[in-house]
Amino acid sequence: MTAAAKPGEALVSVPLHSVAHGRAGDKGNRLNVSVMPYDAAAYAVLAEQLTEERVLALYAHRGAVRVTRHDLPLLPAFNFVIDEVLEGGVNGSLNLDGHGKSNSFILLGMQVRVPQKFVRSAQAEK
Amino acid sequence: MADIFRVGNCAGFSGDRVDAPGPVVDTLIEWGGPCAVFFETLGERTVALAQLEKRRDPQRGYEPMLERLLEPILVRCAEHGIPIIGNFGAANPPGAAKLIAKLALRLGLPELKIAVVYGDDVRDRLDITTHEVYEADTGLNMGGGDVVSANAYLSARPMVDALKAGAQVVVTGRTGDPSLALAPLIHHFGWAYDDWAKLAVGATAGHLLECGAQVTGGYYYDPGYKEIPDPANIGFPIAEVHADGRLVITKAARTGGLVNAQVVKEQLLYEIHDPGHYITPDVTLDFSQVTVVEIGENRVQVNGVRGGPAPQTIKATVCFDGGWLGEGEISYAGPNCVARAKAAADVLLQRLKLRKLAVEARVDLIGIASVHSGDSGSRWRTEAHSDAQDIRVRLAVSARSQDDADQAAREALALYCCGPAGGGGVRWRTTPRIRTQSYLMLPSDLAPGYWVKSAMEIDQ
Repeated sequence: MTAAAKPGEALVSVPLHSVAHGRAGDKGNRLNVSVMPYDAAAYAVLAEQLTEERVLALYAHRGAVRVTRHDLPLLPAFNFVIDEVLEGGVNGSLNLDGHGKSNSFILLGMQVRVPQKFVRSAQAEK
Repeated sequence: MADIFRVGNCAGFSGDRVDAPGPVVDTLIEWGGPCAVFFETLGERTVALAQLEKRRDPQRGYEPMLERLLEPILVRCAEHGIPIIGNFGAANPPGAAKLIAKLALRLGLPELKIAVVYGDDVRDRLDITTHEVYEADTGLNMGGGDVVSANAYLSARPMVDALKAGAQVVVTGRTGDPSLALAPLIHHFGWAYDDWAKLAVGATAGHLLECGAQVTGGYYYDPGYKEIPDPANIGFPIAEVHADGRLVITKAARTGGLVNAQVVKEQLLYEIHDPGHYITPDVTLDFSQVTVVEIGENRVQVNGVRGGPAPQTIKATVCFDGGWLGEGEISYAGPNCVARAKAAADVLLQRLKLRKLAVEARVDLIGIASVHSGDSGSRWRTEAHSDAQDIRVRLAVSARSQDDADQAAREALALYCCGPAGGGGVRWRTTPRIRTQSYLMLPSDLAPGYWVKSAMEIDQ
Protein backbone atom coordinates (compact mmCIF):
# COMPACT_ATOMS: atom_id res chain seq x y z
CA MET A 1 0.00 0.00 0.00
CA THR A 2 1.25 3.42 -0.85
CA ALA A 3 0.03 6.83 0.12
CA ALA A 4 -0.56 7.61 -3.55
CA ALA A 5 -3.09 4.77 -3.86
CA LYS A 6 -6.52 5.05 -2.27
CA PRO A 7 -7.18 2.80 0.76
CA GLY A 8 -8.51 -0.55 -0.39
CA GLU A 9 -7.45 0.05 -3.99
CA ALA A 10 -6.00 -3.07 -5.58
CA LEU A 11 -2.43 -2.78 -6.83
CA VAL A 12 -0.96 -4.71 -9.71
CA SER A 13 2.68 -5.52 -10.28
CA VAL A 14 3.82 -4.50 -13.76
CA PRO A 15 7.00 -3.42 -15.52
CA LEU A 16 7.52 0.33 -15.33
CA HIS A 17 7.26 0.22 -19.14
CA SER A 18 3.48 -0.28 -18.80
CA VAL A 19 3.13 2.90 -16.74
CA ALA A 20 5.78 5.26 -18.04
CA HIS A 21 8.06 6.04 -20.95
CA GLY A 22 11.59 7.38 -20.95
CA ARG A 23 14.80 8.02 -22.82
CA ALA A 24 18.51 7.49 -22.15
CA GLY A 25 21.31 9.93 -22.97
CA ASP A 26 25.06 9.75 -22.35
CA LYS A 27 27.87 12.18 -21.63
CA GLY A 28 31.21 10.56 -21.01
CA ASN A 29 30.79 7.82 -18.42
CA ARG A 30 27.53 9.25 -17.13
CA LEU A 31 24.09 8.15 -18.24
CA ASN A 32 20.81 9.94 -17.73
CA VAL A 33 17.47 8.19 -17.98
CA SER A 34 14.27 10.23 -17.98
CA VAL A 35 11.00 8.65 -16.83
CA MET A 36 7.59 10.16 -17.59
CA PRO A 37 4.33 8.53 -16.43
CA TYR A 38 1.72 8.26 -19.20
CA ASP A 39 -0.83 9.45 -16.64
CA ALA A 40 0.42 12.42 -14.62
CA ALA A 41 -1.57 11.11 -11.65
CA ALA A 42 0.84 8.15 -11.42
CA TYR A 43 3.70 10.49 -10.53
CA ALA A 44 3.29 10.20 -6.75
CA VAL A 45 3.12 6.41 -6.63
CA LEU A 46 6.18 6.19 -8.87
CA ALA A 47 8.03 8.77 -6.77
CA GLU A 48 7.72 6.40 -3.81
CA GLN A 49 9.02 3.39 -5.69
CA LEU A 50 11.65 4.74 -8.08
CA THR A 51 14.17 5.41 -5.36
CA GLU A 52 17.81 6.13 -6.04
CA GLU A 53 18.71 2.91 -4.16
CA ARG A 54 16.47 0.69 -6.28
CA VAL A 55 17.67 2.28 -9.50
CA LEU A 56 21.32 1.92 -8.48
CA ALA A 57 20.71 -1.79 -7.83
CA LEU A 58 19.38 -2.20 -11.38
CA TYR A 59 22.59 -0.82 -12.86
CA ALA A 60 25.07 -2.23 -10.32
CA HIS A 61 26.15 -5.06 -12.68
CA ARG A 62 27.29 -2.36 -15.09
CA GLY A 63 29.52 -0.74 -12.50
CA ALA A 64 27.22 2.12 -11.50
CA VAL A 65 28.42 3.82 -8.32
CA ARG A 66 25.85 6.56 -7.76
CA VAL A 67 22.34 7.54 -8.79
CA THR A 68 20.85 11.01 -8.40
CA ARG A 69 17.15 11.54 -9.02
CA HIS A 70 15.95 14.97 -10.12
CA ASP A 71 12.21 15.54 -9.76
CA LEU A 72 10.20 17.63 -12.21
CA PRO A 73 6.67 17.50 -10.79
CA LEU A 74 5.29 20.08 -13.25
CA LEU A 75 6.22 18.17 -16.39
CA PRO A 76 5.87 15.62 -14.71
CA ALA A 77 9.05 13.60 -15.00
CA PHE A 78 11.98 12.12 -13.14
CA ASN A 79 15.54 12.41 -14.38
CA PHE A 80 17.98 9.80 -13.13
CA VAL A 81 21.69 10.53 -13.43
CA ILE A 82 23.73 7.34 -13.17
CA ASP A 83 27.49 7.62 -12.71
CA GLU A 84 30.26 5.31 -14.00
CA VAL A 85 27.76 3.02 -15.67
CA LEU A 86 29.07 3.02 -19.21
CA GLU A 87 32.32 1.05 -18.74
CA GLY A 88 34.33 4.02 -19.94
CA GLY A 89 31.70 5.56 -22.17
CA VAL A 90 31.14 5.30 -25.90
CA ASN A 91 34.86 5.52 -26.62
CA GLY A 92 36.17 3.08 -24.06
CA SER A 93 33.49 0.45 -23.63
CA LEU A 94 33.56 -3.02 -25.14
CA ASN A 95 29.77 -3.08 -24.96
CA LEU A 96 28.09 -3.11 -28.38
CA ASP A 97 26.01 -0.20 -27.14
CA GLY A 98 28.77 2.02 -25.85
CA HIS A 99 26.44 5.02 -25.72
CA GLY A 100 24.09 3.17 -23.40
CA LYS A 101 21.21 4.16 -25.68
CA SER A 102 19.38 0.91 -24.93
CA ASN A 103 19.77 1.38 -21.19
CA SER A 104 16.51 3.24 -20.60
CA PHE A 105 14.88 -0.16 -21.01
CA ILE A 106 16.77 -1.54 -18.00
CA LEU A 107 14.89 0.95 -15.84
CA LEU A 108 11.65 0.50 -17.80
CA GLY A 109 11.90 -3.22 -17.00
CA MET A 110 11.74 -2.58 -13.25
CA GLN A 111 8.66 -4.03 -11.50
CA VAL A 112 6.40 -1.44 -9.86
CA ARG A 113 3.13 -1.84 -7.94
CA VAL A 114 0.47 0.59 -9.12
CA PRO A 115 -3.32 0.89 -9.34
CA GLN A 116 -4.65 -0.82 -12.47
CA LYS A 117 -5.95 2.49 -13.84
CA PHE A 118 -2.36 3.63 -14.52
CA VAL A 119 -1.45 0.56 -16.57
CA ARG A 120 -1.12 1.36 -20.25
CA SER A 121 -1.58 -2.12 -21.69
CA ALA A 122 -3.02 -5.55 -20.84
CA GLN A 123 0.32 -6.78 -19.54
CA ALA A 124 -0.62 -6.59 -15.86
CA GLU A 125 0.01 -9.61 -13.64
CA LYS A 126 -2.11 -9.59 -10.49
CA MET B 1 1.88 40.71 -38.25
CA ALA B 2 3.37 38.69 -35.44
CA ASP B 3 7.14 38.65 -35.40
CA ILE B 4 7.96 34.95 -35.69
CA PHE B 5 11.27 33.42 -36.64
CA ARG B 6 11.44 29.75 -37.61
CA VAL B 7 14.47 27.52 -37.27
CA GLY B 8 14.51 24.16 -39.00
CA ASN B 9 16.83 21.28 -38.21
CA CYS B 10 18.18 19.29 -41.16
CA ALA B 11 20.43 16.75 -39.39
CA GLY B 12 20.83 15.53 -35.82
CA PHE B 13 24.08 13.58 -36.15
CA SER B 14 26.72 12.52 -38.64
CA GLY B 15 24.96 9.61 -40.28
CA ASP B 16 21.49 11.07 -40.30
CA ARG B 17 19.05 10.62 -43.19
CA VAL B 18 20.33 12.56 -46.21
CA ASP B 19 16.80 13.11 -47.57
CA ALA B 20 15.67 14.92 -44.40
CA PRO B 21 16.59 18.52 -45.36
CA GLY B 22 14.34 18.84 -48.45
CA PRO B 23 10.94 18.72 -46.70
CA VAL B 24 12.15 21.09 -43.96
CA VAL B 25 13.19 23.72 -46.49
CA ASP B 26 10.02 23.19 -48.59
CA THR B 27 7.92 23.76 -45.49
CA LEU B 28 9.76 26.89 -44.42
CA ILE B 29 9.34 28.39 -47.89
CA GLU B 30 5.66 27.44 -47.96
CA TRP B 31 4.96 29.00 -44.57
CA GLY B 32 6.95 32.12 -45.46
CA GLY B 33 8.52 34.58 -43.06
CA PRO B 34 12.07 34.84 -41.81
CA CYS B 35 13.81 31.55 -41.06
CA ALA B 36 17.07 29.60 -41.01
CA VAL B 37 18.14 25.97 -41.00
CA PHE B 38 20.92 24.21 -39.13
CA PHE B 39 22.79 20.93 -39.26
CA GLU B 40 24.23 19.28 -36.14
CA THR B 41 26.58 16.58 -37.37
CA LEU B 42 29.43 16.68 -34.87
CA GLY B 43 29.25 14.20 -32.01
CA GLU B 44 31.72 14.17 -29.13
CA ARG B 45 34.22 11.93 -30.92
CA THR B 46 33.16 12.64 -34.52
CA VAL B 47 35.66 15.50 -34.48
CA ALA B 48 38.49 13.11 -33.58
CA LEU B 49 37.53 10.66 -36.32
CA ALA B 50 37.46 13.65 -38.68
CA GLN B 51 40.91 14.69 -37.43
CA LEU B 52 42.24 11.20 -38.22
CA GLU B 53 40.68 11.49 -41.68
CA LYS B 54 42.38 14.86 -42.16
CA ARG B 55 45.75 13.33 -41.24
CA ARG B 56 45.29 10.79 -44.02
CA ASP B 57 44.07 13.44 -46.49
CA PRO B 58 44.52 17.15 -45.61
CA GLN B 59 41.62 18.05 -47.95
CA ARG B 60 39.15 15.99 -45.90
CA GLY B 61 38.12 15.90 -42.27
CA TYR B 62 34.68 17.48 -42.65
CA GLU B 63 31.25 15.81 -42.67
CA PRO B 64 31.50 13.03 -45.28
CA MET B 65 27.87 13.39 -46.42
CA LEU B 66 28.09 17.19 -46.75
CA GLU B 67 27.53 17.39 -50.50
CA ARG B 68 24.61 14.94 -50.40
CA LEU B 69 23.02 16.89 -47.55
CA LEU B 70 23.35 20.34 -49.12
CA GLU B 71 22.83 19.72 -52.83
CA PRO B 72 19.02 19.33 -52.63
CA ILE B 73 18.52 22.58 -50.68
CA LEU B 74 21.34 24.97 -51.49
CA VAL B 75 19.70 26.77 -54.44
CA ARG B 76 16.30 27.09 -52.75
CA CYS B 77 17.85 28.40 -49.53
CA ALA B 78 19.90 30.97 -51.45
CA GLU B 79 16.88 32.10 -53.49
CA HIS B 80 14.64 32.46 -50.44
CA GLY B 81 17.21 34.04 -48.11
CA ILE B 82 17.36 31.09 -45.71
CA PRO B 83 20.77 30.95 -44.03
CA ILE B 84 22.30 27.50 -43.55
CA ILE B 85 24.35 26.95 -40.41
CA GLY B 86 26.19 23.75 -39.64
CA ASN B 87 29.02 22.30 -37.59
CA PHE B 88 29.70 20.09 -40.62
CA GLY B 89 33.15 21.68 -40.85
CA ALA B 90 34.20 19.16 -38.17
CA ALA B 91 38.03 19.10 -38.11
CA ASN B 92 38.36 21.10 -41.33
CA PRO B 93 35.88 23.97 -41.75
CA PRO B 94 37.91 25.61 -44.57
CA GLY B 95 37.87 22.27 -46.41
CA ALA B 96 34.10 22.09 -46.02
CA ALA B 97 33.79 25.68 -47.28
CA LYS B 98 35.82 24.73 -50.35
CA LEU B 99 33.49 21.83 -51.09
CA ILE B 100 30.42 24.05 -50.64
CA ALA B 101 31.99 26.67 -52.92
CA LYS B 102 32.52 24.09 -55.66
CA LEU B 103 28.94 22.86 -55.22
CA ALA B 104 27.65 26.45 -55.37
CA LEU B 105 29.54 27.13 -58.61
CA ARG B 106 28.21 23.91 -60.14
CA LEU B 107 24.67 24.97 -59.16
CA GLY B 108 25.08 28.48 -60.58
CA LEU B 109 25.60 30.37 -57.30
CA PRO B 110 29.04 32.02 -57.71
CA GLU B 111 28.09 34.90 -55.39
CA LEU B 112 26.99 32.63 -52.51
CA LYS B 113 28.54 34.03 -49.34
CA ILE B 114 30.16 31.34 -47.23
CA ALA B 115 31.55 32.00 -43.76
CA VAL B 116 34.00 29.91 -41.76
CA VAL B 117 34.03 30.17 -37.97
CA TYR B 118 37.42 29.41 -36.42
CA GLY B 119 38.91 29.21 -32.96
CA ASP B 120 37.40 25.98 -31.65
CA ASP B 121 40.59 24.03 -32.31
CA VAL B 122 42.55 24.57 -29.08
CA ARG B 123 45.32 21.99 -29.40
CA ASP B 124 47.87 24.81 -29.07
CA ARG B 125 46.00 26.55 -26.25
CA LEU B 126 44.91 23.75 -23.93
CA ASP B 127 47.33 22.19 -21.46
CA ILE B 128 45.95 18.89 -20.17
CA THR B 129 48.37 18.98 -17.25
CA THR B 130 47.07 22.29 -15.90
CA HIS B 131 43.53 22.83 -17.16
CA GLU B 132 40.83 21.47 -14.88
CA VAL B 133 39.04 18.26 -15.88
CA TYR B 134 35.28 18.59 -16.37
CA GLU B 135 33.68 16.97 -13.34
CA ALA B 136 31.67 14.22 -15.12
CA ASP B 137 34.92 12.94 -16.65
CA THR B 138 37.19 12.77 -13.63
CA GLY B 139 36.86 8.97 -13.36
CA LEU B 140 37.97 8.20 -16.90
CA ASN B 141 41.25 6.54 -17.79
CA MET B 142 42.84 7.94 -20.94
CA GLY B 143 45.36 5.10 -21.12
CA GLY B 144 48.26 7.43 -21.95
CA GLY B 145 47.23 7.86 -25.60
CA ASP B 146 48.40 10.80 -27.72
CA VAL B 147 46.13 13.83 -28.13
CA VAL B 148 44.29 13.61 -31.47
CA SER B 149 42.12 16.70 -31.16
CA ALA B 150 41.09 19.38 -28.66
CA ASN B 151 38.06 21.52 -29.41
CA ALA B 152 36.31 24.16 -27.35
CA TYR B 153 32.56 24.61 -27.43
CA LEU B 154 32.25 28.08 -28.99
CA SER B 155 29.28 30.31 -28.27
CA ALA B 156 26.80 31.66 -30.83
CA ARG B 157 28.63 34.97 -31.10
CA PRO B 158 31.01 34.31 -34.04
CA MET B 159 28.11 32.76 -35.98
CA VAL B 160 25.97 35.85 -35.28
CA ASP B 161 28.81 38.07 -36.51
CA ALA B 162 29.08 35.99 -39.69
CA LEU B 163 25.33 36.31 -40.31
CA LYS B 164 25.58 40.07 -39.75
CA ALA B 165 28.28 40.14 -42.43
CA GLY B 166 25.78 38.60 -44.86
CA ALA B 167 26.85 34.94 -44.74
CA GLN B 168 24.36 32.60 -46.45
CA VAL B 169 26.17 29.49 -45.27
CA VAL B 170 28.02 29.41 -41.94
CA VAL B 171 30.50 26.56 -41.51
CA THR B 172 31.71 25.79 -38.01
CA GLY B 173 33.64 23.12 -36.18
CA ARG B 174 32.82 22.64 -32.52
CA THR B 175 30.25 25.01 -31.02
CA GLY B 176 27.62 24.51 -28.39
CA ASP B 177 25.01 22.43 -30.20
CA PRO B 178 22.10 24.69 -29.13
CA SER B 179 24.16 27.71 -30.25
CA LEU B 180 23.64 26.62 -33.87
CA ALA B 181 19.93 27.44 -33.57
CA LEU B 182 20.39 30.33 -31.18
CA ALA B 183 22.70 32.28 -33.53
CA PRO B 184 20.09 33.09 -36.23
CA LEU B 185 17.57 33.99 -33.50
CA ILE B 186 19.97 36.47 -31.90
CA HIS B 187 20.69 37.85 -35.35
CA HIS B 188 17.01 38.24 -36.24
CA PHE B 189 15.62 39.57 -32.97
CA GLY B 190 18.71 41.52 -31.96
CA TRP B 191 18.75 39.96 -28.49
CA ALA B 192 21.43 41.25 -26.15
CA TYR B 193 24.10 38.77 -25.06
CA ASP B 194 22.91 39.13 -21.47
CA ASP B 195 19.18 38.90 -22.14
CA TRP B 196 19.15 35.54 -20.34
CA ALA B 197 15.38 35.04 -20.58
CA LYS B 198 15.37 35.37 -24.37
CA LEU B 199 18.65 33.50 -24.89
CA ALA B 200 17.19 30.68 -22.79
CA VAL B 201 14.23 30.33 -25.16
CA GLY B 202 16.52 30.24 -28.19
CA ALA B 203 18.95 27.77 -26.61
CA THR B 204 16.02 25.56 -25.59
CA ALA B 205 14.80 25.59 -29.19
CA GLY B 206 18.30 24.48 -30.18
CA HIS B 207 18.45 21.82 -27.49
CA LEU B 208 15.09 20.36 -28.56
CA LEU B 209 16.02 20.42 -32.26
CA GLU B 210 19.67 19.47 -32.26
CA CYS B 211 19.02 15.73 -32.44
CA GLY B 212 16.72 16.05 -35.43
CA ALA B 213 14.04 13.36 -35.50
CA GLN B 214 14.44 12.64 -31.79
CA VAL B 215 11.85 15.37 -31.16
CA THR B 216 9.54 14.22 -33.98
CA GLY B 217 9.15 10.55 -33.13
CA GLY B 218 12.57 9.00 -33.69
CA TYR B 219 14.13 7.19 -30.67
CA TYR B 220 10.55 7.36 -29.30
CA TYR B 221 8.52 4.94 -31.41
CA ASP B 222 7.57 1.91 -29.26
CA PRO B 223 5.02 -0.21 -31.13
CA GLY B 224 1.86 -0.82 -29.11
CA TYR B 225 2.80 1.88 -26.59
CA LYS B 226 3.99 4.92 -28.46
CA GLU B 227 2.89 4.75 -32.08
CA ILE B 228 3.94 7.21 -34.77
CA PRO B 229 2.65 7.65 -38.33
CA ASP B 230 4.89 6.60 -41.24
CA PRO B 231 8.09 5.81 -39.28
CA ALA B 232 10.13 5.39 -42.47
CA ASN B 233 9.48 9.03 -43.37
CA ILE B 234 9.85 10.99 -40.14
CA GLY B 235 9.79 14.73 -40.72
CA PHE B 236 12.54 16.82 -39.16
CA PRO B 237 11.69 19.52 -36.62
CA ILE B 238 10.99 23.21 -36.90
CA ALA B 239 10.92 25.63 -33.97
CA GLU B 240 8.75 28.76 -34.07
CA VAL B 241 10.11 31.46 -31.85
CA HIS B 242 7.98 34.53 -31.20
CA ALA B 243 9.38 37.95 -30.37
CA ASP B 244 7.76 37.70 -26.93
CA GLY B 245 9.68 34.49 -26.21
CA ARG B 246 6.94 31.99 -26.97
CA LEU B 247 8.36 28.70 -28.31
CA VAL B 248 6.46 26.16 -30.40
CA ILE B 249 7.94 22.91 -31.71
CA THR B 250 6.51 21.50 -34.94
CA LYS B 251 7.83 19.63 -37.98
CA ALA B 252 8.06 19.52 -41.75
CA ALA B 253 4.69 19.30 -43.53
CA ARG B 254 3.47 16.10 -45.22
CA THR B 255 5.97 13.87 -43.40
CA GLY B 256 5.71 11.02 -40.90
CA GLY B 257 6.51 11.07 -37.23
CA LEU B 258 4.78 13.31 -34.71
CA VAL B 259 5.31 16.14 -32.27
CA ASN B 260 3.33 15.60 -29.08
CA ALA B 261 3.87 16.39 -25.41
CA GLN B 262 5.45 13.00 -24.69
CA VAL B 263 8.15 13.21 -27.33
CA VAL B 264 9.00 16.81 -26.44
CA LYS B 265 9.37 15.84 -22.77
CA GLU B 266 11.68 12.98 -23.69
CA GLN B 267 13.91 15.25 -25.75
CA LEU B 268 13.81 18.08 -23.21
CA LEU B 269 15.60 15.82 -20.72
CA TYR B 270 17.87 14.11 -23.26
CA GLU B 271 21.51 14.25 -22.10
CA ILE B 272 20.49 16.50 -19.21
CA HIS B 273 21.88 16.04 -15.72
CA ASP B 274 20.49 18.63 -13.30
CA PRO B 275 17.43 20.01 -15.13
CA GLY B 276 17.69 23.18 -13.08
CA HIS B 277 21.20 23.86 -14.29
CA TYR B 278 21.95 22.97 -17.90
CA ILE B 279 25.02 24.80 -19.11
CA THR B 280 25.39 25.99 -22.69
CA PRO B 281 28.15 28.39 -23.81
CA ASP B 282 25.58 31.20 -24.19
CA VAL B 283 23.22 30.83 -21.25
CA THR B 284 22.56 28.53 -18.31
CA LEU B 285 19.16 26.89 -18.69
CA ASP B 286 16.69 26.03 -15.95
CA PHE B 287 14.07 23.47 -17.03
CA SER B 288 12.70 22.90 -13.51
CA GLN B 289 9.54 24.95 -14.17
CA VAL B 290 8.94 23.85 -17.76
CA THR B 291 5.54 22.66 -18.93
CA VAL B 292 4.59 21.48 -22.41
CA VAL B 293 1.17 21.98 -24.00
CA GLU B 294 -0.23 20.48 -27.20
CA ILE B 295 -1.76 23.46 -29.01
CA GLY B 296 -2.51 21.81 -32.35
CA GLU B 297 -1.68 18.86 -34.55
CA ASN B 298 2.08 18.34 -34.31
CA ARG B 299 2.40 21.60 -32.41
CA VAL B 300 3.70 21.72 -28.84
CA GLN B 301 4.29 24.92 -26.91
CA VAL B 302 7.11 24.90 -24.37
CA ASN B 303 6.52 27.21 -21.41
CA GLY B 304 8.45 28.19 -18.32
CA VAL B 305 12.04 28.00 -19.53
CA ARG B 306 14.27 30.18 -17.39
CA GLY B 307 17.76 31.42 -18.08
CA GLY B 308 20.75 32.54 -16.05
CA PRO B 309 24.19 33.92 -16.84
CA ALA B 310 26.47 32.03 -19.18
CA PRO B 311 29.23 30.03 -17.45
CA GLN B 312 32.56 31.64 -16.54
CA THR B 313 34.40 28.71 -18.11
CA ILE B 314 34.30 27.08 -21.54
CA LYS B 315 34.19 23.34 -22.01
CA ALA B 316 36.75 21.81 -24.34
CA THR B 317 36.79 18.15 -25.31
CA VAL B 318 40.11 16.43 -25.88
CA CYS B 319 40.27 13.23 -27.90
CA PHE B 320 43.08 10.78 -27.25
CA ASP B 321 44.31 7.89 -29.33
CA GLY B 322 42.56 4.95 -27.70
CA GLY B 323 44.22 2.01 -29.44
CA TRP B 324 42.10 -0.51 -31.33
CA LEU B 325 38.81 -2.33 -31.01
CA GLY B 326 38.69 -5.85 -32.44
CA GLU B 327 35.39 -7.64 -32.95
CA GLY B 328 34.61 -11.15 -34.17
CA GLU B 329 31.16 -12.72 -34.41
CA ILE B 330 29.71 -16.17 -35.21
CA SER B 331 26.15 -17.52 -35.11
CA TYR B 332 24.66 -20.75 -33.73
CA ALA B 333 21.01 -21.72 -34.22
CA GLY B 334 18.61 -24.61 -33.71
CA PRO B 335 18.80 -27.54 -31.25
CA ASN B 336 21.28 -27.11 -28.39
CA CYS B 337 22.46 -23.77 -29.76
CA VAL B 338 22.68 -22.24 -26.28
CA ALA B 339 25.22 -24.87 -25.20
CA ARG B 340 27.14 -24.59 -28.46
CA ALA B 341 27.28 -20.82 -28.23
CA LYS B 342 28.45 -20.90 -24.60
CA ALA B 343 31.12 -23.43 -25.57
CA ALA B 344 32.27 -21.18 -28.40
CA ALA B 345 32.50 -18.25 -25.98
CA ASP B 346 34.65 -20.28 -23.57
CA VAL B 347 36.89 -21.47 -26.39
CA LEU B 348 37.42 -17.89 -27.58
CA LEU B 349 38.47 -16.69 -24.13
CA GLN B 350 40.82 -19.70 -23.71
CA ARG B 351 42.38 -19.03 -27.10
CA LEU B 352 43.20 -15.43 -26.15
CA LYS B 353 45.03 -16.72 -23.07
CA LEU B 354 46.83 -19.50 -24.95
CA ARG B 355 48.05 -17.03 -27.54
CA LYS B 356 49.05 -14.49 -24.87
CA LEU B 357 47.47 -11.65 -26.86
CA ALA B 358 47.70 -8.27 -25.11
CA VAL B 359 43.98 -7.56 -25.11
CA GLU B 360 41.08 -6.93 -22.76
CA ALA B 361 38.14 -9.06 -23.80
CA ARG B 362 34.42 -9.40 -23.42
CA VAL B 363 32.03 -11.95 -24.88
CA ASP B 364 28.32 -11.45 -25.55
CA LEU B 365 25.71 -14.00 -26.51
CA ILE B 366 23.42 -11.85 -28.62
CA GLY B 367 19.94 -13.27 -28.22
CA ILE B 368 20.53 -14.16 -24.55
CA ALA B 369 22.34 -11.17 -23.06
CA SER B 370 24.43 -8.44 -24.63
CA VAL B 371 23.82 -4.70 -24.53
CA HIS B 372 22.31 -4.73 -21.04
CA SER B 373 25.14 -6.89 -19.73
CA GLY B 374 28.34 -5.75 -18.04
CA ASP B 375 31.93 -6.30 -19.17
CA SER B 376 32.62 -8.70 -16.34
CA GLY B 377 30.29 -11.44 -15.14
CA SER B 378 28.21 -11.22 -18.27
CA ARG B 379 24.59 -12.12 -17.71
CA TRP B 380 24.54 -15.00 -20.17
CA ARG B 381 26.75 -17.00 -17.81
CA THR B 382 24.17 -16.82 -15.05
CA GLU B 383 21.08 -17.40 -17.19
CA ALA B 384 19.92 -20.80 -15.91
CA HIS B 385 17.77 -21.44 -18.91
CA SER B 386 17.25 -19.84 -22.27
CA ASP B 387 14.81 -20.73 -25.02
CA ALA B 388 16.86 -18.83 -27.58
CA GLN B 389 17.02 -20.62 -30.93
CA ASP B 390 19.32 -18.22 -32.75
CA ILE B 391 22.36 -16.80 -31.00
CA ARG B 392 25.26 -14.67 -32.16
CA VAL B 393 28.49 -14.97 -30.21
CA ARG B 394 30.36 -11.68 -30.16
CA LEU B 395 33.96 -11.26 -29.01
CA ALA B 396 35.13 -7.69 -28.40
CA VAL B 397 38.69 -6.78 -27.44
CA SER B 398 40.61 -3.60 -26.87
CA ALA B 399 44.32 -3.55 -27.67
CA ARG B 400 47.10 -1.01 -28.08
CA SER B 401 48.10 -2.44 -31.45
CA GLN B 402 45.91 -3.12 -34.46
CA ASP B 403 47.68 -6.45 -34.96
CA ASP B 404 46.74 -7.75 -31.51
CA ALA B 405 43.13 -6.62 -32.01
CA ASP B 406 43.05 -8.29 -35.44
CA GLN B 407 44.59 -11.55 -34.22
CA ALA B 408 42.06 -11.74 -31.39
CA ALA B 409 39.13 -11.00 -33.71
CA ARG B 410 40.35 -13.67 -36.12
CA GLU B 411 39.91 -16.27 -33.38
CA ALA B 412 36.19 -16.00 -34.16
CA LEU B 413 36.99 -16.75 -37.80
CA ALA B 414 38.96 -19.86 -36.80
CA LEU B 415 35.82 -21.22 -35.14
CA TYR B 416 34.49 -22.08 -38.60
CA CYS B 417 36.66 -25.19 -38.68
CA CYS B 418 37.83 -25.52 -35.08
CA GLY B 419 34.73 -24.57 -33.08
CA PRO B 420 31.48 -26.22 -31.97
CA ALA B 421 29.10 -27.73 -34.53
CA GLY B 422 27.20 -25.58 -36.98
CA GLY B 423 28.87 -22.20 -36.45
CA GLY B 424 28.25 -19.81 -39.35
CA GLY B 425 28.19 -16.23 -40.57
CA VAL B 426 31.53 -15.00 -39.20
CA ARG B 427 32.39 -11.32 -39.50
CA TRP B 428 35.48 -9.75 -37.99
CA ARG B 429 36.92 -6.25 -38.06
CA THR B 430 39.21 -3.80 -36.32
CA THR B 431 38.36 -0.15 -35.62
CA PRO B 432 40.57 2.65 -34.25
CA ARG B 433 39.38 3.89 -30.88
CA ILE B 434 39.18 7.40 -29.53
CA ARG B 435 38.91 8.31 -25.87
CA THR B 436 37.58 11.67 -24.81
CA GLN B 437 37.97 13.83 -21.77
CA SER B 438 36.60 17.33 -21.26
CA TYR B 439 38.41 20.24 -19.64
CA LEU B 440 37.44 23.73 -18.53
CA MET B 441 39.07 26.76 -20.15
CA LEU B 442 38.74 30.50 -19.68
CA PRO B 443 37.30 32.81 -22.35
CA SER B 444 40.68 34.56 -22.42
CA ASP B 445 42.27 31.25 -23.52
CA LEU B 446 40.35 31.45 -26.80
CA ALA B 447 40.38 33.69 -29.87
CA PRO B 448 37.34 32.77 -31.96
CA GLY B 449 36.41 34.61 -35.14
CA TYR B 450 35.13 34.17 -38.69
CA TRP B 451 35.85 35.06 -42.28
CA VAL B 452 33.36 35.31 -45.14
CA LYS B 453 33.96 35.05 -48.89
CA SER B 454 31.98 34.34 -52.03
CA ALA B 455 31.99 30.86 -53.55
CA MET B 456 33.95 32.25 -56.48
CA GLU B 457 36.63 33.73 -54.21
CA ILE B 458 36.98 30.54 -52.19
CA ASP B 459 37.34 28.35 -55.28
CA GLN B 460 40.23 30.39 -56.69
